[in-house]
Amino acid sequence: MTSERSNLQTLSALDRPNSYIGKTVPRPNLDRLMQGRGLYVSDIELPRMAHAVFLRSPHAHARIVGIETSAAKQMPGVIAVVSGSELSTVITPWVGVLSHLKGLKSAPQNAIAIDRVCWQGEAVAAVVAASRAQAEDAAEHVLVKYEELHAVTDMRAALDPATPVIHASLGDNLAFERIHDAGAVDQAFAESDEVVEAEFVFGRHTGVTLEPRAVVADWNAAEARLTIYQGTQAPHMVQNIAALHLGLKESQVRVVCKDVGGSFGIKVHIYADEMATYALSKLLRRPVKFVADRVESFNTDIHARDHRCKGKIGVKRDGTIMAFEIDDLTGIGPYSMYPRTSAIEANQVVNLVGGPYVTGNYRARARVVFQNKNVMCQYRAVGHPIACSVTEGLVDLAAMKIAMDPVEIRRRNLIADDAYPCASPSGLRFEQLSHHAALAKLVQMMDYDALRAEQAALRVSNIHRGIGIASFIEVTNPSAAFYGVGGAKISSQDGVAVRVDAQGSVICQTSITEQGQGSESLTAQIVGSVLGVSMDRVRVILGDTDNTPYGGGTWASRGAGIGGEAALQAAKTLRKNILDVAAAVLQSTPSELDIVNNVVVNVGDGEPRIDLSELARIVYFRPDTLPPGIQPELMATRHFVPREYPFAFTNGIQASWLELDPDTGFVKLLKHWVVEDCGTIINPQLVDEQIRGGVVQGLGAALFEKCVYDERGQLTNANMADYLVPMSGEMPDIDVGHVVTPTLESELGAKGAGEAGTAGAAAAVTNAVNDALRPFGAIITEIPLTPQVILTALGRI
Amino acid sequence: MKASAFAYARATSVANALELLTAYGERAKVLSGGQSLVPAMNLRLVAPDLIVDIGELTELRGAAVKRGVLTIGALTRHADLLKSPEIAAHAPLLKDAVAHIAHPAIRNRGTIGGSLAHADPASELPACMLTLGATIIARGPGGERRIAANEFFAGIYETALTPQELLVAVELPLTPKNSTHFFHEFARRHGDYAIVGLAAQASIKDERFADLRLGFFAVGDRPLLAKSASKLVDVAVTSAVLSEAASALDDELDPLEDQQATPAMRRHLAKVLLARCVSLLLARPDLCAGASA
Repeated sequence: MTSERSNLQTLSALDRPNSYIGKTVPRPNLDRLMQGRGLYVSDIELPRMAHAVFLRSPHAHARIVGIETSAAKQMPGVIAVVSGSELSTVITPWVGVLSHLKGLKSAPQNAIAIDRVCWQGEAVAAVVAASRAQAEDAAEHVLVKYEELHAVTDMRAALDPATPVIHASLGDNLAFERIHDAGAVDQAFAESDEVVEAEFVFGRHTGVTLEPRAVVADWNAAEARLTIYQGTQAPHMVQNIAALHLGLKESQVRVVCKDVGGSFGIKVHIYADEMATYALSKLLRRPVKFVADRVESFNTDIHARDHRCKGKIGVKRDGTIMAFEIDDLTGIGPYSMYPRTSAIEANQVVNLVGGPYVTGNYRARARVVFQNKNVMCQYRAVGHPIACSVTEGLVDLAAMKIAMDPVEIRRRNLIADDAYPCASPSGLRFEQLSHHAALAKLVQMMDYDALRAEQAALRVSNIHRGIGIASFIEVTNPSAAFYGVGGAKISSQDGVAVRVDAQGSVICQTSITEQGQGSESLTAQIVGSVLGVSMDRVRVILGDTDNTPYGGGTWASRGAGIGGEAALQAAKTLRKNILDVAAAVLQSTPSELDIVNNVVVNVGDGEPRIDLSELARIVYFRPDTLPPGIQPELMATRHFVPREYPFAFTNGIQASWLELDPDTGFVKLLKHWVVEDCGTIINPQLVDEQIRGGVVQGLGAALFEKCVYDERGQLTNANMADYLVPMSGEMPDIDVGHVVTPTLESELGAKGAGEAGTAGAAAAVTNAVNDALRPFGAIITEIPLTPQVILTALGRI
Repeated sequence: MKASAFAYARATSVANALELLTAYGERAKVLSGGQSLVPAMNLRLVAPDLIVDIGELTELRGAAVKRGVLTIGALTRHADLLKSPEIAAHAPLLKDAVAHIAHPAIRNRGTIGGSLAHADPASELPACMLTLGATIIARGPGGERRIAANEFFAGIYETALTPQELLVAVELPLTPKNSTHFFHEFARRHGDYAIVGLAAQASIKDERFADLRLGFFAVGDRPLLAKSASKLVDVAVTSAVLSEAASALDDELDPLEDQQATPAMRRHLAKVLLARCVSLLLARPDLCAGASA
């Protein structure tokens, strides 16, 4: 460990009087978006641009016997109808595996299916026409003859010897298996006073971004260059992969990511239809636009969760948790997603179960199987809601068994706040967490004892309310340990370039991206604070591989912690460069000068010495007046990646207060609390709203969202009427509190906050429902907690 | 998600609309508020050759009371139903029901005629028409036809209307003074279609029902005016009486399975609604506790 952080002893750039750090300031992009001047992919119109529509398989698993396109090609406006094999002349297939996930296997996936379709919704042909409507009209005239094959849909049957193997070359339907065994699990269970087991079931759901996936690909044959306009979280990753599979150099691919209407992890992957669009542009030598409609979003945006996890906990009568054991099974569709793979979520479940607690006895198995459903991959809080629901569900079941209060059992088992650094049962290293401080704050915020009293009083009058608590840990600021070590060309470092223009304003180019969470704002806040420049003079450029430093982008709660630190270091360097020039011009020394509110001032008395704009004028237009030997560098670039810890873990705790109607099975959420610790908070409002948004997505999983497949692999609710996203009318007030433990890995000290809300919300609700059900003797370990599920558990139907 | 190509005509009068419907028959669709038709077209679930937009036929809009009858024009929007003083005064059940229809944006466009002609078995207004004893007025090439609400709804999205007919209005008897009503539906989220719903109208005398009309929706392929209501009329309602009525109701139901509920769950929730309705209307909390146990 390093010694105590320097800015605790002396004031750093972050603590300057005019600092924007820790302040709720309006986001710089707000007016632009509010005035309708955002630029989303759908807004982009290019000369000669054509529209691609994908004809998608109606079957979950079928052989393609033949594709008849002649009638469609005669339809008005049609430019081309392209099959998978035709497209394969310009784009190569891919396999979604990573070397550090040992044993992970998958089959080659094509941009458009060749010979065989493996899920309902996989593209079998592309129709390219002058308008989307014309392409849809023509798509109705493409005749595909299928021979249906057995669809493997139930993950529990996927590994049965009697079940057909989806990809014969792989030998079986097992994509990945991980086994972990730490401590002395059998002995710990033997020494437990009580052992409780349960099976936890998680519905398959998806991200439902407001803006669907969209791409415009523009192959310019004259420049031999492909420009991809896409709403993505990782522009450089897209650049790398598009180049790789189109046979281009990365320098021949530019990825531009303007405004993005929500991502949540949905837009951090490489999708077959997006790859097909790049390839179509190259094939047809013209710009091609593809915008997923809502139905194909449901059928092709990655799905997530869909786990069945058996869990077991051993506990002493005094509340000591002795051991955890889990056996997790998840079905990921027919292919491991590219390039991040579909094994990460199960791997995370193994990593995270038991994470907040002291016990070192932990055994886990996770199996990931193929099935003929839509592909599944990383969505906000990857694995966390599963691990948290299993862990916290088991802890509550154990507490119930030994008649201990849920807060008390946590108090007795959460890792002590002074025990760090230490490691989780799965070997994850924790720098510094604050479980007990968070628990204490939560109990105070919700007035726990008063709530328990209210609950007891209401039960007498047949009103059934429940309180649910869920502690969690969150993986943020991932280093190369996430993907880089497994061979994926997904950068874990980010870069920021900052420069002063000729009027003293600041232009900042960053490799992190903005999807609505405030990357632009936090970057401007940091740069403005460090430089002593007001935010209205800082312009942030993101999302353009031609015009930003190389970096990972925004995902896995890494933007503020990694991109923010790069911004801080770049701005610090620029500040030094500015003061060097100012000192030369003013015949002073850099240490005697500071920049405050766009003016170079004396450190001692704050006396203004020279405006930044005047300094810039001299540097750019009258360098002849500078003393000899001075070469001003009013631009600086810095990159950052955490090196000491593979991940900056954060922690937190959530609580749910709800009312359950035992006659109808309906649950009304009354209140939700979150206390979390993301280290340094740059913009409190942005952090709180991230937490709230995350909670809402977790509440969606808990009560509403589920992709419903039938036994033939048909997604039966691929629309916004039948797939229930959480709406404001059903959402409770969400109170957010913070404990602040900065990471010492960076000067900024920020950890991630993007996924904390989603990590624990469903667990808190499930525990609260079970708390409400206590008088009825029913326990439910399945989400979503629909009225049907609750009434069935109550034996009412 | 683009609709197939279609021809569009904005009807200039009811007669003009009828001419177009006569000429095109089943190949035409009437566009009223468009809140069900347009999404269905965009999903290419329906692909009419001609859209007959009746949006400008202002004579079909509004509610008025004449000679003891409340007449509501087919083009009256849900939002107008909510605001109408005539409806608040003479069909308060309808006002309560409309508040449950979807969301404000949809209520601003959707119309009563459109909702009835669409005949979604889970929608609120068809059940209200049964409960309130409405008469549906349709005009066709042969003139006007008056159809009793209980003969109008024929199945999922099916009505007694012929392709050549236009639903122009509904007539409701004025709700008698001293009458009371109940409206409730179970929906997963605000604005969703109901899993089960009940629109009830009653008159109560000496703590007994003198009259009780129970219009259930989302309990079958069409709204249901429950005959079992008669078991509760002119009797002192006890838990046993209610239980018997619930059992009779169960026999009348033929619920469908969908994403939100099994038939068994719909049966259960219909009985919960019945108990809550009776308990509330008679101000007898004891009845509710009994039925739900």
